[in-house]
Amino acid sequence: MSLMQEMNERALQLGVPLGIHLDVTYRCNERCIHCYLEHDDHGEMTTAEIKDVLDQLAEAGTFFLTLSGGEVLMRRDFFEILEYARRLLFNVRIKTNGVMIREAEAQRIRNLGVEQVQISIYSRHPEIHDAITKLPGSLKHSVEAIRFLKSQGLKVAIANVLMTANLGEHDGVQALAAELGANYTLDPTITPKIDGDTSILDLRISGAELNEVFHNKNLVGDVEEFCAPPPPPGDDVMEGLPCSAGHTAAYITPYGDVFPCVQFPLPSGNVRRQKFIDIWRSSPELNQVRSIHAKDLPVCSTCSHVGTCTRCPGLAYMEGNMRGPSTADCEKSFHRTGIPSANMLRKARPSGRLIQIQPLAV
Amino acid sequence: MTERYIARSTAIAARMLGGEMMVMSAVDSTFFTLNEVATAIWQAADGHTPLSEIVARNICAQFDVEPEVARRDADQFVDALAQHGILLVSDHPLENPPVEAA
Repeated sequence: MSLMQEMNERALQLGVPLGIHLDVTYRCNERCIHCYLEHDDHGEMTTAEIKDVLDQLAEAGTFFLTLSGGEVLMRRDFFEILEYARRLLFNVRIKTNGVMIREAEAQRIRNLGVEQVQISIYSRHPEIHDAITKLPGSLKHSVEAIRFLKSQGLKVAIANVLMTANLGEHDGVQALAAELGANYTLDPTITPKIDGDTSILDLRISGAELNEVFHNKNLVGDVEEFCAPPPPPGDDVMEGLPCSAGHTAAYITPYGDVFPCVQFPLPSGNVRRQKFIDIWRSSPELNQVRSIHAKDLPVCSTCSHVGTCTRCPGLAYMEGNMRGPSTADCEKSFHRTGIPSANMLRKARPSGRLIQIQPLAV
Repeated sequence: MTERYIARSTAIAARMLGGEMMVMSAVDSTFFTLNEVATAIWQAADGHTPLSEIVARNICAQFDVEPEVARRDADQFVDALAQHGILLVSDHPLENPPVEAA
């Protein structure tokens, strides 16, 4: 077990919120077609409120802090928040589109000891990237930001969300990341909007395209290993937890709402009304999330993929049942291994009535 | 022996977890967990207290250890963390010591 795994295990045992994702704003200078957020400001936390939350998180034992948005630099006080977070010795990662990062900002981020900056790139072709962000010139500015950050010696990760609008562009983005010295991650997950609107799910790539991605050795490494059939699940799998959401991780919105995860919009409290630690320890919603083990999932516990599936309880919740399957992950498991999930088999099963009797139209 | 002064680098992340200090370098992402004795040295690394005083006050007075052994172990610990840029070491007091570890 690595030191990091040990730390996660200890945090789980002690009930410590080791990793927090804090969106400091939902405002953004881009209007990405797949974005799950609504960008108007409905009363973001003030600088003082955010500093108070950071104090509370440090006190609660949070180590990993992701500052994201919206676009974090839309807040004029962002560097004040960042500096405060670093003074509290959080391990800070920033998610940004980079459009507002020039040399001076990159230097400031380096001087503040940020662990990593993640920037989204959708294509190396401006006509495709900028059509997704709806901000002309955004690819140019984002790539320049990566260069500024790299020149400061910072770790940069390029996040490449894959959707119908940039299908086939991932090879180019991966090559761009290599040229820039950035890490590269590909994510084919499109989530419903945080308000439940599912219209953007039309942007999800098809199963055939997902299959192609999962069998691309440049993306997954050892294809045989990555696409191997799942081993039979043992007791440890059935007693296992779905993910860190609500267990060692949580998400805080710019308005102070606390959710188990950024992809799991289950309202669990608000730091404007309660101390974070009280929400973390006593929220019935978080305690409900914590009570669910793989064996408690009515469909997924019967699925051969239960031990290897990337099932997201947040996506399942958005589908209507946090104990249910997450259809997008069922499809991923199927297209990765060729083995249908229990949920897919259940849906494909005929109704049971062998003869359908329909009234004759008179 | 030349006196040594130690200060925590600002390019680190740190937090107490279950009685142990977790420390990660922002420079190379090296990750350490410090035991109780090492944590005591770490927390006392304010840049202006000599290491010998830290060992006498925070180690020998708190833990059952011989002064020579404590000093030798403290020197090794300081050298190891200094190699990763996690502790700053000098033969004179360091200015602008970092803020308190949470």
